[in-house]
Amino acid sequence: MATSEENMTGGPAIPRAAAASAKKSGSSLGTIVLAVLVIGAVILPFASKNFFIFQMTQVMVYAIAILGLNLLTGINGQFSLGHGAFYAVGAYTAAILMEMQGVPYGWTIPIAGVLCFVAGFLFGLPALRLEGVYLALATFALAVATPQLLKLSPFEHWTGGVQGIVIIKPDAPFGLDAVLNPDQWLYFFTLVIGLFLYWLARNIVGSRTGRALMAIRDNPIAARSMGVNTAVYKATAFGISAMFTGVAGCLGAIVIQFVAPDSFTFALSVALLVGLVIGGVGWLPGALLGALFIVFIPNVAEDISKGLAGAFYGFFLIAVIYLAPQGAGGLIRSGLARVKRML
Amino acid sequence: MITRRSALMAAVATSALVAGPALAEDPIKIGNVMPYSGPASAYGTIGKTINAYIEMTNAKGGVNGRQIEFISYDDGYSPPKMVEQVRRLVEQDEVTALFQTLGTPTNTAIHKYINAKRVPHLFLATGAAKWDDPENFPMTMGWQPSYVVEAKIYAKYIMDNMPDAKVAMLYQNDDFGKDYYNGFKEGLGDKVDMLVAEAPYEVAAPTVDSEVINLKASGADVFIIIATPKFAAQAIKKSAEIGWEAQRFLTNVSLSVGGVLKPAGFEASKGIISAGYLMEEGDAQFADSPELLEWREFMAEWYPEGDVTSSFTVFGYSVGATIVHTLEMAGDDLSREGILAAAASLKDYDAPLLLPGILINTAEDDFAPIEAMQLQKFDGESWKRFGEVITVD
Amino acid sequence: MDLFIQQVVSGFATGGIYACMALSVVMIYQAIHHLNFAQGEMAMFSTYIAWQLLAWGLPYWAVFPLVIAISFVGGFAVERIVFKPIENAPVLSHIVIFIALFAIFNSFAGFIWDFTIKAVPSPFGDGPLYPGAPIGTHQAGMIGVTMVVLVMLWAFFRFTRMGLAMRAAAANPDSARLVGVKVSMMTALGWGMASAIGAVAGVLIAPVVFLEPNMMLSILLYGFAGAVLGGLTSPAGAVLGGFLVGIIENLAGTYIPVIGGELKLPIALFLIVAVLLIKPAGLLGRRTVQRV
Repeated sequence: MATSEENMTGGPAIPRAAAASAKKSGSSLGTIVLAVLVIGAVILPFASKNFFIFQMTQVMVYAIAILGLNLLTGINGQFSLGHGAFYAVGAYTAAILMEMQGVPYGWTIPIAGVLCFVAGFLFGLPALRLEGVYLALATFALAVATPQLLKLSPFEHWTGGVQGIVIIKPDAPFGLDAVLNPDQWLYFFTLVIGLFLYWLARNIVGSRTGRALMAIRDNPIAARSMGVNTAVYKATAFGISAMFTGVAGCLGAIVIQFVAPDSFTFALSVALLVGLVIGGVGWLPGALLGALFIVFIPNVAEDISKGLAGAFYGFFLIAVIYLAPQGAGGLIRSGLARVKRML
Repeated sequence: MITRRSALMAAVATSALVAGPALAEDPIKIGNVMPYSGPASAYGTIGKTINAYIEMTNAKGGVNGRQIEFISYDDGYSPPKMVEQVRRLVEQDEVTALFQTLGTPTNTAIHKYINAKRVPHLFLATGAAKWDDPENFPMTMGWQPSYVVEAKIYAKYIMDNMPDAKVAMLYQNDDFGKDYYNGFKEGLGDKVDMLVAEAPYEVAAPTVDSEVINLKASGADVFIIIATPKFAAQAIKKSAEIGWEAQRFLTNVSLSVGGVLKPAGFEASKGIISAGYLMEEGDAQFADSPELLEWREFMAEWYPEGDVTSSFTVFGYSVGATIVHTLEMAGDDLSREGILAAAASLKDYDAPLLLPGILINTAEDDFAPIEAMQLQKFDGESWKRFGEVITVD
Repeated sequence: MDLFIQQVVSGFATGGIYACMALSVVMIYQAIHHLNFAQGEMAMFSTYIAWQLLAWGLPYWAVFPLVIAISFVGGFAVERIVFKPIENAPVLSHIVIFIALFAIFNSFAGFIWDFTIKAVPSPFGDGPLYPGAPIGTHQAGMIGVTMVVLVMLWAFFRFTRMGLAMRAAAANPDSARLVGVKVSMMTALGWGMASAIGAVAGVLIAPVVFLEPNMMLSILLYGFAGAVLGGLTSPAGAVLGGFLVGIIENLAGTYIPVIGGELKLPIALFLIVAVLLIKPAGLLGRRTVQRV
């Protein structure tokens, strides 16, 4: 079994040395691209309709969630079909704190992050004993159980049970509401948090912890013998990953203004996984491309045919994997390698 | 709660000043969202039937000389996707009204938004009681009788006719099932002890066999089945198979003869009581009813791939006729205000396929169009209605 | 006590459904060392084909082998057409293809046959096994067929060269190739066989749960759970696991107060994960030694 499980999730992940030197080699080009993207992102809400701003906010929310999954899968080699659960924990944290406790929405984000870190760490402790298909089953089970846990009657008092919780949409603070409508404000709010988390993810990858996580991915037994405490590191990886995804859930709840068990079904976890693979496992910016795919492609499929929307979505997925078997990240990596060879 | 409501009112007040989109002689845009994909995709049939009905109406010259553009999107029964699709309809497609958006959690997600935007949100495809709240949500109106009303009809019937009954209830563990469960208990009032056993089941469950066995073990002699078609058929079949001779009641949602009772088996379904408000294909009593004949012609010409034995096609046709009638009533004023005013002043409208004696009535303080049902018993071949048409407020 | 026995028997009957599906899961695992998330939808699609053939008037015992054959060819073709070109893509990309296939089969079934539930006839009749029994004659028959499939599968892996080659191809493709096993062909045959077993499962499950496009959604999860619990390398373990899942689930729903009814699936899954923590290879699975 060992042979097949090794490349289960590792695949195209970041090579250790490359990640460490990523800042040096790709930095000039990377910085330019990032700068252009950020400038574009700042201009966008002043040049488009509220509906498009809302859609792009959703894209960023999912991108953050996928970033979290990417940290787990791409860097630690573990993989999760159940990240929708952490997204849900973040979302319900926001909803319960805002609507029942009157906590300002800004504060719900760090609280959701911490809660999801703890939840992820605790889930990771037993899960790290499971590998490959067993971990797949455990996380799959988590995803399926999530809506059932959310509507559990003993907690109905807080969760609103099957009815869910409606959230008031926040206005822009500090007198900014004269300039920005709520959609624009939430867009910028999400953008800033997203950029911060991206920066954080980059730093985690380059840190001592990040290197330890990648060592575990590449050769768990060797890492153990070198004195890396695999259990704690793996659980920590799960915790960090859940934290990112939980913050995304929290933002998602504020943007959608509603949480209910039906919002967090297995389909959400599947969508996040699809976004991860399409964007490229182990390539952090791929999260954004993956998010664009999961927000817009279902609509494109639906425009082609209402009755066969699901089938067309499936065809698109297969087409993308054929063109880029390792996702957008793999495509860009091989493209860059070719350019370098030519130079 | 007070702050929330006042915030809503403020939002309603400010946006009321913003005029709706231009409403010239272009088609009347009606928006809709349905689960065409995902686990609830069975309901997509309603959207397809409505689409066919609108096509027929347009072919006949439209409403007041104007064509209707029916824009229907897919949300896969996911509330976040519903929000996205409804915002697309309102902000990008600039529809004049929303119609038949499906599902309780999904409609709850857009309830506040759509009222703040002052877009009529008419004839929702959900039986929750909360859509009849014109004071706080003046844009939103249901259509079908609420689940609570139906549950109370069963409770009253049981108390009147079988006062010593011991009742067991199987219900789907979601908003739909919970509404019946709570409504039924409310209906029993101080006789709530009559409910001796209850079993929720999850939509994700493969079968409800275990629940049915447990409920039988409670010694109940009345069995209420609040389940969507697949599970209803399972419960009917299983209860007959294990020889449980209880009087069974079946939610209106699953009373389709072709879609539930036939697969479950006619013999196994014999004696079931339900409450209905629509006619049903294959019902001997209406074999020659002109309304059903017209419907069959419609199905053959405009929706030939549709399933005539599905109760969703009947439902879609009837509610499609209701929106077209409402637009006709609005006359020349096909603005948002005009359409809403027309929807809130339907008087004794006999929508096609409603059971005889059931009429649609609305008023400014009554946003519940259909409030009457009639009990019916399955005789092994078709439903036989009995008793009076029951109206509950 | 009476209720206890009834629930155990009924759990056994429902467990038969899971066991049936679990066998199909074990089959594909032996061929590709993976869970195929589209397995349930493929079985559902096979069942629709059976239903359609029956509706056209073909006799049951002609339809049964015919559908198995069609499904075998279909599964084989899916592997050749969809997976062959991306043989070397990472496993996560394969999982995304499973998801794509899931969407495609589900969407086409709804498009072609609509979403109204359909009754699939049973060759074993539909009465109770004995008056008042919590298990029907059909379910008893289904369990019998599952046992037959189990024995056939066991014999295939145990006694045939092809079975051995298939296991080798999945467990260690490189070494298998060196000793002359056509690895790629083995994978495709495995897909065909898994699809054929899935068809048997679907046709037997449908009379109990009724046929509709989403029929297999949760059954596949239970099938996975049963297979993993019993051991993915052991057909007998998978069947045992399937029965256990059915029984555990019923007992949890019946005897755990307050949350039992609402959470019987999560409780069953939780127990399975707990078992895996103690016995990671499953109840009857073989522990593989990891090479450093």
